[in-house]
Parts: sequence; C-alpha cells; structure tokens
Amino acid sequence: MASASTALATPDVDAGIARRRTLDLVFQAVALLVLLAVLAALAALVYSILHDGLGRLSWDFLTSYTSRHASHAGIRPALAGSIFIIVLTAGIALPVGVAAAIYLEEYGTRSRMARLIELNIANLAAVPSIIYGLLGLGLFVRVLGFGGSILAGASTLALLVLPVVILSTREALRTVPMSLREGSYALGATKWQTIWYQVLPVALPGILTGLILALSRAIGETAPLITIGALTYVPFLPDSVWSPFTVLPIQIFNWVSRPQVEFAQNAAAAIIVLLALLLTMNATAIWLRDRFQKRRIS
Amino acid sequence: MSAGTPVVPSLAARTRPGSASLADRPVKIDVKDLNFYYGQKRALENISIQLRANVVSAFIGPSGCGKSTFLRTLNRMNDIIPGTRVDGTVLIDNVNIYDPKIDVVGLRRRVGMVFQKSNPFPKSIFDNVAYGLRINGMATSKAEVHERVEASLRAAALWDEVKDRLHDSALAISGGQQQRLCIARALAVKPKVLLMDEPASALDPIATQHIEELIYDLKKDYTIVIVTHNMQQAARVSDFTAFFWLGRLVEYDRTEKIFTAPAEKLTEDYVTGRFG
Repeated sequence: MASASTALATPDVDAGIARRRTLDLVFQAVALLVLLAVLAALAALVYSILHDGLGRLSWDFLTSYTSRHASHAGIRPALAGSIFIIVLTAGIALPVGVAAAIYLEEYGTRSRMARLIELNIANLAAVPSIIYGLLGLGLFVRVLGFGGSILAGASTLALLVLPVVILSTREALRTVPMSLREGSYALGATKWQTIWYQVLPVALPGILTGLILALSRAIGETAPLITIGALTYVPFLPDSVWSPFTVLPIQIFNWVSRPQVEFAQNAAAAIIVLLALLLTMNATAIWLRDRFQKRRIS
Repeated sequence: MSAGTPVVPSLAARTRPGSASLADRPVKIDVKDLNFYYGQKRALENISIQLRANVVSAFIGPSGCGKSTFLRTLNRMNDIIPGTRVDGTVLIDNVNIYDPKIDVVGLRRRVGMVFQKSNPFPKSIFDNVAYGLRINGMATSKAEVHERVEASLRAAALWDEVKDRLHDSALAISGGQQQRLCIARALAVKPKVLLMDEPASALDPIATQHIEELIYDLKKDYTIVIVTHNMQQAARVSDFTAFFWLGRLVEYDRTEKIFTAPAEKLTEDYVTGRFG
C-alpha cells in the first residue's frame, strides 16, 4: 500500500490538491449562503403578509363589495375582475400568439426580414408594461372605442403577454422532432394537416405552460390597467366585456396608499388571495405539462 | 429457414428463375440526368437510372455517397429542406414528378416512404394507420377505415401481434414492431412505390429478418427501393443493386452480378470490403 502510494506520488501536483479542495468547499458554502439569503428574504415577505392579512381573510372578505369602512370592505369586484380579465386575455393571446408563432416557425422563410421580426419580438417582451398601457389607451380605448372596459383591459394585457406567448410557442414547436413531420408529409399530408394533427398536439403542453406563465405575469399588472382607465371603486360585478372593472392589484394599490392600519391589513389579505391565485395558475401549468407528458409516453 | 442459421438465405433468389423475367418488367421510375444541390454543393451528379416495376432495387455505398439523398428525390422529400435544388427529370409512370404542375401532396401519397428511424406518431396503433386514410379522404365510413387498417396491418405482418391492443399507444410496442407499423401506415394509402431508407439499421437480427421477409412479400404489389448500409441485406433482398460513390452512380446491375462479377473496379473494392 505504502509503496503503491509512493509510486503514484507526484509531489508538485499533490501540493495543489488540498488547496483546490478547500476552494471547492468555499464556493459550495458561498453558493449555499446566497441561496439561504434569498430564501430568507422571501420567507420574511411571506411571513409579514400572512401575519398582517391572515386575520382579515374570511368568506365575507371574498364576497363583500369595497367600502369606506375597512372592516366591511371586501374584494368581490376585484377578484371577479381579475379572473374575468385573465380568461379573456388568454382567449385573445392564445390564438393570436400561436398563429404568429406557427407562421414564423413553420411557414416563414429564413429571410433578413424574418430575423428582424424575431429580434423585435424578443425586444417587445422587455418593453415596460406602462408603454403597453399607453398603446392600449390610444388604440383600444380611443380609436376602437372600447372605453375603460374589460375588453380594453384584456386586449392591452394580451398585447403585453403576446411576445412571451409567441416565443414560448416557437420553442415548443421547435422541440417537435422533424421525423414526425416527415412521417406525415410522406403519407401525402399537406403542411396544415401536418401542423394541426401532428405538430400542435405534441407542442400543446409546452404552449399551454408558456401561456399560463405569461398570464401569471399579467395578473399582477397594475400600471397598464390604470392607464387605460380601470376604476378603483367598483360597487358592482362586471357583467359583460363592456363593463368597467377593477382588478386585485389596483385594489391592493388603493388600500396600501391609505393611512389607516385596517386598510393595510385588507391589502395584505388581498395579496394573499392574489398569491393563491398565482400559485393555482402555476400549479395548473405544471399539472398540464405532466399530464400530457405521461399520455405521450404510456 | 432452418434454426441455427443466423444468416438469412437470399430471399430474392427464390424469385430468380431466369434473368429474362425481371428485365422484361416495365420501367416504373426513369431518372435522367438528375443533379441535386445543397446550396452550392452538388450532392448528386448526373444520375440516370431505370427502376423496374415489382422488383426490389437496393442502393448501396459508403456514408455520404448520396444514396439517401437520391431516394428522397423520388418522392420530393428534399423539398422541405431549405436551400436545396434539383435539375433533371424523374419520370414515374412516364410523368415527370418535377413538373411544376405536379401536386407534391398527391405524389407523396403514391410514393410511400419508410424512414431509417421508425417514427410512429404519438397516437394509438390504429390511429397511426388510419391517419393517412383520413387526411387523404380515402375512407368515408368507420367500417371502411377499420377494414383498411386491418388489411394494412396484415400486409405488414403485424396484425396478429397487435390486434388485441389497437388502441394502445404506438410508442409502447417494440422497435421492430414500430418499423412494421410505419410500413403498414405507408401501405394504407395505397402507394405504387415504396421507398425505404435503411429500414432495418436500428433493429436486431430477428426484427431485421421480419422486415426482409416482408419486403420480399411486398414486391408482388409494389415497386420497392431500399437504401441499405448492409451489403448482406442488399444481397438477400434485392433483385437489382445500384452502387453510389461520391454522389455518382458507379454501377447498376442485377444484384448477383454486382456481388459476384461487377464491371467496375470501384464496385468490386466496395463489395469485397476493401473500403467503405
């Protein structure tokens, strides 16, 4: 044993090993510390919100209209508005985004123009949301005459999420193997038949996951909706796409800006509801992805 | 086939009573001066070849010699690769398939294709075969679809193995079964020609034997063109063999001639394993 290790000894290299191992450990420790710091910040945030808001959370809080008296105020119109607007946004963004992605990925040629469009879509995803609000105000509220309605809000948010939906749909389409398309073409399928019957079903989980993640960004947006004229005090439920509306983030913003402690508690409770809504959406995205993956394998 | 003999005896030999009967078959595919380009690079140079009806023609040659590319020009599968270009003519039943008036969708239904890697659709076994019928509007009633699916699976010698699980996923059956499913899928739309691009290269010897026997059975009804890396396979299944080298067709003749007395030195070197 001893002779073997002597035979293997290379002193000039061995001297460095201990130092390299120490560095290895140091980096592991630093990475762990950074992770813990981030988690601690998140935990503190969640704790503070739960601490302030949990006591205020009740069925009455969910089903009451807003009020001048903090203890009577609820989030019924804001919650209904948020759900209504996000469903409508999905309804607009999904067909438009998927169609655009299909064109770019399957039909479009690799021209200079196509690359310019691609670059611009990637850039649009990074444009501040208030800019979309101004666009929505000009286009939907004024020119198309939607007014400060749910339709105008959903259209604006659809524009906001569209770049992300297009990018994630293209990504999903790109993961569909070429061999599948060739198999379909070889049987005499047209391009559209191949896309509709073979490519889209395989890409669907990826598309839906991208859509839901994009929508969970939209559901927290405040600025563009305030810009297009969403209300802060709504004593009724939206009953059509033409209704005026409010959403949870606007309600929260409104309560947070008031001096009374009771309203701050209302805001915290509303944040809990918004977080729950977000988590539900993200969980749905994961569930959808798993379900489709399982179906494809078994 | 006697047990214990790993090498399948020549299947094609069973139908080689005399050379006259095969050479008399009508020409099904007539290729004249075909050139093919990937961008600037010429991948096929002045290919001219006549493939006869109801025989098996094999394309052999080293990797990158253009045999698969040539196979894919016969159903215009290369059209979907951007930056490719073809000149020359390919007549199938005396119609030039590169004529601008030709509908490529209709062409691909008549010239079926089986790929190197089996590519069943992620659907049920039944739906894999029924897909071609549905998209081409070839079966109007449910009973008709069922009848064609069964006939195609029987023709591909797969029916007995899958008849009790037609609605299971096609991805759950073995690799060899998947490849026969792809053949059944191609047969369902009643092609005239069947192109096979190394159909057994990813399969074990037993599955390969199944595919080879199937090819032998299918040539009664179809004109078959097979690309293969495996020279024993070419010798076993084909009636005619074409040897490709660097994008050119070096020699094309009866299979036994290519393997026993080739006219070209290059062919001889390749089939005797001196290179490739």
